[in-house]
Amino acid sequence: MQPLRKALDDIAPHFHKGGRFQRLYPLYEAMDTFLYRPNSVTKSTAHVRDGIDLKRIMITVWLCTFPAMFYGMYNVGFQANLIMADMGITAVQGWRGEFIELFAGYNPNSVWDSFWHGAAYFLPIYAVTFIVGGLWEVWFAIRRGHEVNEGFFVTSVLFALICPPDVPLWQVALGISFGIVIGKEVFGGTGKNFLNPALTGRAFLFFAYPADWSGDAAWTAVDGYSAATALGVASQEGMVALQNQLTWFDAFFGNMHGSIGEVSTFAIFIGGAVLLATGIAAWRIVAGVMIGMVVTSLLFNLIGSDTNPMFAMPWYWHMVVGGFAFGMIFMATDPVSAAMTNVGKLWFGALIGFMVVLIRVVNPAFPEGMMLAILFANLFAPLIDHFVVQANIKRRLARV
Amino acid sequence: MKALELLTKPIFRNNPIALQILGICSALAVTSNLRVTLVMCVALTVVAGLSNFFVSIVRNHAPDNIRIIIQMTIIASLVIVVDETLKAVAYDISKQLSVFVGLIITNCIILGRTEAFALKNPPWPSFLDGIGNGLGYSVLLIGLATIRELFGSGTLLGYNIMPLAADGGWYVPNGMLLLPPSAFFLIGLFIWALRTWDKAQVEAPDFKIKSNTKPSGADYVPLTR
Repeated sequence: MQPLRKALDDIAPHFHKGGRFQRLYPLYEAMDTFLYRPNSVTKSTAHVRDGIDLKRIMITVWLCTFPAMFYGMYNVGFQANLIMADMGITAVQGWRGEFIELFAGYNPNSVWDSFWHGAAYFLPIYAVTFIVGGLWEVWFAIRRGHEVNEGFFVTSVLFALICPPDVPLWQVALGISFGIVIGKEVFGGTGKNFLNPALTGRAFLFFAYPADWSGDAAWTAVDGYSAATALGVASQEGMVALQNQLTWFDAFFGNMHGSIGEVSTFAIFIGGAVLLATGIAAWRIVAGVMIGMVVTSLLFNLIGSDTNPMFAMPWYWHMVVGGFAFGMIFMATDPVSAAMTNVGKLWFGALIGFMVVLIRVVNPAFPEGMMLAILFANLFAPLIDHFVVQANIKRRLARV
Repeated sequence: MKALELLTKPIFRNNPIALQILGICSALAVTSNLRVTLVMCVALTVVAGLSNFFVSIVRNHAPDNIRIIIQMTIIASLVIVVDETLKAVAYDISKQLSVFVGLIITNCIILGRTEAFALKNPPWPSFLDGIGNGLGYSVLLIGLATIRELFGSGTLLGYNIMPLAADGGWYVPNGMLLLPPSAFFLIGLFIWALRTWDKAQVEAPDFKIKSNTKPSGADYVPLTR
């Protein structure tokens, strides 16, 4: 790797003060520190216990999305191949078809065929997200004169994973632009955003283009095929109809339609276990979401309803359908937009768990509520922290 | 202040919505359709100018402790005149505007200008100030409505500009822009653009976060790693 290091060092002076490409320094810095360890050292008397920095945190989260990502790619292709075989379609039209036929066929029984088919949908989405969002990031970094932040690695992959499989790519570009610029950069960039940027972008698209981002036709990568999501079936036809179509284990392992990364609760929990074990995702938030969801759904089960079948959905079903698991592990635990205090994290999580069940069960307009619940709780996070801090002050003052 | 300045300053330099942050409510509500917006802008500008004028006339006779009531009476009478005129002349649009013409009474711009300006200035400058602020409001609303109608439904003033995909064209309308919250983002972006152009409008920050790392580019020493 010595030649690469040397090449980077050779061009380095151009990017520093007085160099020709001084303005593009953030771009150079991003490339250099992506490939090599940064050479900046602590200059103050800080007592470092562990060298974990933003870069390592973000890369770890990025790696933790891989199980969900790979399973998601496989599942998109698998569902599409199954339906194509059912409907008697033999090939995908257009450039995606050519891409698929380069290395694979359309056999739903072959893992590789399904994986490659899904890749034909996921990779373009991810590429567009990364390029468009990356351009915004670099542009703002250059304008503001700071380094490009690794947080974008995570935002981009999370955003790509919560897209339905065959959304138009220009919508993806629009959504990530909105998420990065309005959701994050206008407030000052990473660390100063009060909303989760990936969810902000998705929420924008959800309200702007509801036909492509909700409803029945969006969730499968086959044109002209529509099928309700698990939550759609449950709210329209009830739990019995849902259980006839889908077993709990199907839903848990992710054999169903949905956004690319959200389907397999199992794959998400693998990544989640690593995040929790390393302490990158706050266990208090995850616990809070879980407790909030379980308590609220038990409460609804207890109340019961003759007209609304969602009242009867038990908590272990709430956990495996829709975006609950993905939101709980990857979105709610975003360290910037979540509550900061330990007690606040529990409350913050519980608010999400409560809101998601409330939206799913009671709101007739939206069958799924994880995205809106998390954004809602993001808004309340500073307030929650404020009350926690005030309560602590009050408690300690009483001792004086 | 010169007459011309009174008239033009509120358009960009001291915009009632973008700098004074007044009258946001109707800016969200009536801007999904350009035609309706234009009528609303005319109505508000007329009311703003005339109410400033009349309040200024009575400013030396009105007792200070009931001044708000007097101002409200004047504004309300003017709004009723405008509302009735609209109903007589353009009934369809008046129905679309529904309560928002009536709500001009509560529009912060009107009362804000009578309180802040008309009570302390002679009638003619007050009238110009009212018209100027009405124009500032109008500029922003027309900008919002143009963007929202064009990209939200592909039309302008009801004429088809971009054929919709649903009718065989190519444009997929952005439903978000038809919802009132979209005006929030657009106003925000407008304020951003305005303050980039005119730095005097930027408020001093409440606090500044200290940067925690020194950019390593500042004192670069090539290292062998």
